[in-house]
Amino acid sequence: MSQVNYLNHDKSIKSWLFTLDHKRIGIMYLVAVSLSFLAGGILALLVRTELLGPGETIMSADTYNQSFTLHAVLMIFAFIIPAIPAVMGNFVLPIQLGAKDVAFPRINLASFYIYLAGAAIALTALVVGRVDGGWTFYTPYSTSVDDGILFITAGVFVMGFSSILTGLNFIVTIHKMRAPGLTWNRLPLFIWSIYATSIVQVLATPVIGITMVLLFLERLLGIGIFDPALGGDPVLFQHFFWFYSHPAVYIMILPAFGIISDLMGTFSRQQVSGYKFVALSSVAIAFLGFLVWGHHMFVSGQSALSSIIFSLITYLIGIPTGVKVINWVQTMYKGSVWLQTPMLYALMFLFTFSIGGFTGIMLGVLAVDVHLHDTYFVVAHFHYVMMGGNVIAALGGLHYWWPKMTGKMFNETLGRIAAALVFIGFNVTFFPQFILGTRGMPRRYYDYLPEFTNLHVLSSVGSYILGVGLFLILGYLLHSLFRGKKAGSNPWGALTLEWTHTTTPPDPHNFHETPIVTRGPYDYHLAPELFGGDGAAGDGHEEEAEVTVPRGQATS
Amino acid sequence: MGENGFWLPEASTTLAGEVDALFWFVFWVSTVIFAAVVLAKLYFVVKYRRRSEKDVTTPVHESKALEAIWIVVPTILVLIVFTWGFDLFVQLNSAPPDSYQITVRGKQWTWEYEYAEGVLTAGDLYVPVGRPVKLNMSSADVLHSFFVPEFRIKQDVLPNRYTSVWFKAENVGEHTIYCTEYCGTAHSGMLGKVVVVSEEDFAAWIQEQNQDLPPTELGQQVYKTQCAVCHAIDGSRKIGPPLNVFYGTERVFSDGSSTTADDSYIRNSILNPSSQVVEGYAPAMPPFSALSAQQVDGLVAYIKSLE
Repeated sequence: MSQVNYLNHDKSIKSWLFTLDHKRIGIMYLVAVSLSFLAGGILALLVRTELLGPGETIMSADTYNQSFTLHAVLMIFAFIIPAIPAVMGNFVLPIQLGAKDVAFPRINLASFYIYLAGAAIALTALVVGRVDGGWTFYTPYSTSVDDGILFITAGVFVMGFSSILTGLNFIVTIHKMRAPGLTWNRLPLFIWSIYATSIVQVLATPVIGITMVLLFLERLLGIGIFDPALGGDPVLFQHFFWFYSHPAVYIMILPAFGIISDLMGTFSRQQVSGYKFVALSSVAIAFLGFLVWGHHMFVSGQSALSSIIFSLITYLIGIPTGVKVINWVQTMYKGSVWLQTPMLYALMFLFTFSIGGFTGIMLGVLAVDVHLHDTYFVVAHFHYVMMGGNVIAALGGLHYWWPKMTGKMFNETLGRIAAALVFIGFNVTFFPQFILGTRGMPRRYYDYLPEFTNLHVLSSVGSYILGVGLFLILGYLLHSLFRGKKAGSNPWGALTLEWTHTTTPPDPHNFHETPIVTRGPYDYHLAPELFGGDGAAGDGHEEEAEVTVPRGQATS
Repeated sequence: MGENGFWLPEASTTLAGEVDALFWFVFWVSTVIFAAVVLAKLYFVVKYRRRSEKDVTTPVHESKALEAIWIVVPTILVLIVFTWGFDLFVQLNSAPPDSYQITVRGKQWTWEYEYAEGVLTAGDLYVPVGRPVKLNMSSADVLHSFFVPEFRIKQDVLPNRYTSVWFKAENVGEHTIYCTEYCGTAHSGMLGKVVVVSEEDFAAWIQEQNQDLPPTELGQQVYKTQCAVCHAIDGSRKIGPPLNVFYGTERVFSDGSSTTADDSYIRNSILNPSSQVVEGYAPAMPPFSALSAQQVDGLVAYIKSLE
């Protein structure tokens, strides 16, 4: 451990709290969003336990209603939205660009503390009042309950600034800080997807901010905007809310596309099929994503004509998304597919996200949506997209970059067992919910008719399996920090700069000299020196001799 | 092909059957494509699995024709599905002009119905079979949504404007009504039934509703449709306190004050519930100011009569 890296060059707490290093900020985000995920996950298990039987099982109706609301608020605003961009974007993006840091390191640190402040304000709601109304906060119910809503909206408002600042930082960094030779056509697809995500973050987040301020003003000063009793219009709130929250779906899913592209390329040792299509369609989806918010409102009372137009544009997004899935599958064609844990998550993603996509097409069909809207079908659909898409990809990315972040390998066997548990648990939890939904079981129901019991029990059992899988991951990752094998600089034989040009863990300044990029991110045929070597090519460091080689990588 | 039963509930209107046909089309096309993608994926994983760490790959020349197929075929499919769904959606939104109209009011946490014949009921909706029925709906408080799975209809109910749904029930029978827009504590209890009866039975039912009932029976009817979601009459605790145990006893309220539960107390609790919230309960009950004086008197009589 003689090598100086970003973890050991200064170990004081102060050096962490005031760090401007994008890698350390990424790690701090990792801890923060993981805690949000843990809290949101425990709430999910409580909700599923309550639903083991009709009527009261473990909690009252009010506690249940608050539990699913808080579960969603934590998962969406404090976990999924920041998860991939703020953790992996922060850690990986500057290195993949060949930069020493993001463009504005101080703003980067500020965005972390703004996120923490926002989360703290939102959680204050638990102490002062009720957190009720679902994460969608539909008026007039949400504003009629009590003051808890003020803290939640204030928290979401503040967290929004963190999201905007992070997006802005990444856009500037990608434009201005690419290494020589790293043209737009040579950008790793992870960068392209973070770029598209950042555009949405910067353009859409102000809308939820404004909406939350209007909600605040209405509740506090009695100005009628959304509440009909004061002359407002509740459907206006839904338009404002979805104008942000639908693009926010792309804030959640586009970074996942980026991770999957990198994983498919690396673990197939093959160029990602349709590189330009995959890259540019992310940007196209980001823009089209602003024009489909009304597909959440087919039965809300908006005009039938609006519904028809929103339905049509929804399909325009569906097609490039579907083509991407085919491209990822094609990437394996004539490749060399290596089934390590990160790749298992990528393959899992192709399965679960496709189900999320197809059921999304079904929900986009106007007449069919009338039946399925606000039932468990929708709950199952967005969990297949959010969890089966974002979370599965994030787990893949976490396992992929874990050696780079920590310098340690996790236990591969446990990694595979946990991946299997997550896959089985996830599908057993959420697939039955599609059937509940088509049969007519509405969402956000504390109590249900006896005919729905069996499927609810099955779903709850699945959630416990999923919980075991996730806790197992937490366990072996933490264990690897202390007992894990030392990781080489490029254990997966990947071609992007974080693997080929940095030590593991990286130097505080990433590179000793600016890397010069001469090939595309997936041009494996141009880099035969990587295969079977020690994975240290082009590192530029002297300490490479002690980099250990992981299983299966013979030293040539 | 698609058997209703496992995936979908019974289809009890003509339009419901047509919605199902579209559902099954999307379902089977999706399933076939999904299966093909998964099989291709598994085939590639096995066929191209890494055999040695030194495996060398050559880049694949991308086929423009293949790429075009991936774009053109799905585009055609979704345009079919869109047009089909659009056509049915317009039909779902176009009530025949000769529809029998009923006014519906959603309120926390029950449905109220007002018939042209002057009948006002709640909970269960009686409709004649084989006649198009149009519901003109509004809300007394927050958003609700009127959902009958077996009719494949759903429409949000708003406090500041009217929305409507229509249906033509094919057979005599009963179908569950759900509220599908989250509306607070007893959202999942905001259920009812559409009771489809023959023309003769419907006429008889209307007749029956118009007769004057004795106060206790009227009160019982109001209780069943409006109060039973939150209040039990067997002494058990629901969202609100049970109604059969307190008459004549001392009631303690959450602000520490107390009073003897008499007729005036019951009346006040119905019309102005937040002024006297029983200790240990949440102030969840909205005022029931839409009840007629007769109905309130009936409720008081009914609650007094409970053991």
